[in-house]
Amino acid sequence: MAPLQVPEEPFVPRFDGVERALHWANATLVLTLLATGASLYFGPLSEIVGRRALVKNVHVISGLLLPIPFVLTLPWPFARSLRRDIGRLNRWGDPKFNKGQQLNAAFVAGALVLMFVTGLMLRWPDRFADDLRTGATFVHDWVFIGLLVTVAGHIWLAISYRETLRGMWRGRVSRDWARRQRPGWLAELDADAGDSSTSRTRS
Amino acid sequence: MDGAPVGRRVFLGMLGLGAAGILWGRRAQDGLEHVFAGNPVTQLLPTGGRFRYYTVTGGFPSKPAEKWRMTVDGLVDRPFALTFDELAAMPPTALTKDFQCVTGWRVHDVKWRGVRLADLLDRAGVQPRGTAIVFGSFDGAYTESLTLEQARRDDVIVAYQLDGKPISSLHGGPVRLYVAPMYGYKSCKWLESIEVVDKLVPGYWEVRGYDQDAWIGRSNGRDDAPV
Repeated sequence: MAPLQVPEEPFVPRFDGVERALHWANATLVLTLLATGASLYFGPLSEIVGRRALVKNVHVISGLLLPIPFVLTLPWPFARSLRRDIGRLNRWGDPKFNKGQQLNAAFVAGALVLMFVTGLMLRWPDRFADDLRTGATFVHDWVFIGLLVTVAGHIWLAISYRETLRGMWRGRVSRDWARRQRPGWLAELDADAGDSSTSRTRS
Repeated sequence: MDGAPVGRRVFLGMLGLGAAGILWGRRAQDGLEHVFAGNPVTQLLPTGGRFRYYTVTGGFPSKPAEKWRMTVDGLVDRPFALTFDELAAMPPTALTKDFQCVTGWRVHDVKWRGVRLADLLDRAGVQPRGTAIVFGSFDGAYTESLTLEQARRDDVIVAYQLDGKPISSLHGGPVRLYVAPMYGYKSCKWLESIEVVDKLVPGYWEVRGYDQDAWIGRSNGRDDAPV
């Protein structure tokens, strides 16, 4: 006779509401910046899109808003799992994320800081020496190309591995997927759940 | 390697590279410009050596060559208007020269074709009181100006071809000014009027602080190689 088993939940939590809110707020701003940036940057596209003053204003305002979602989440008490996941992204070989996801997160984080700083220099160029302005343009240009490729790859992979996209959209993934793709993380999760139920019994 | 703070290293490494890029990017850009000169990837990658497109109105005005007209008037004996075909029928001048922007980018060896501004002025017959020229653009906002002496130089042309092709709307076509020895803001795009006046009138960017005499390498606090 098979041993009696509590039926397993078919889903396990992956990202909480704070993490998803930050991800999608940031994604909206970054996609707006890439789209408006591309229409300002690529000649033929500029010609099709036109309305340069409007496109430029949207670009500058989105850029200035870029730190806001981070400021509204990262330092606050309710963002504990966000901070824990950033720690996991940092530690090479963590079971929750694969190495590509870790590199992507670090690259995008660095890129956004650089884009923000050089963007400010380009928006208010009078305060900077001519050489630094040219340097800022150089960095803004190349990091833009890097981000374009990285973000396109990120979206492509999210669409190809639909469950990861669902994880970021709904906050949970199927236990099946976790067992196949991130077994170490699932084991941690189950161990944590065991701990908390034990501690609950104890208290 | 597992457990190492790789994310932090990548993040800080990027900030370091970025700071280096801001400090020394100008030199790197100049190097890339030479490596990639004439290479078509310059259209897609920021290797430098490519045009950046500016407009002061928020759009790129476009006008087909058949509809384009330009007036040459002011302090002249024989004011006239001319069509694109009439301009193209005048004796052409070809120049292969760099285009240098006051913001730092430069496009090497651009092939320009057009009519010497001096020829158009001679055709109109500048009166003795005429000492300066005002250029108008059909974008409705941009203006530029030169002294009569500057305008008569051989390397100042009313251009209708760029790199062997008609000048596109992005580049200020169908007809634009090209003032070779001066920064790009002098080379008025979407040209539609040339007026001879008796006093120099500062142009769009000169009102906003740029130098009236925009010699490349000798103005606007820059030291680029002259063209």
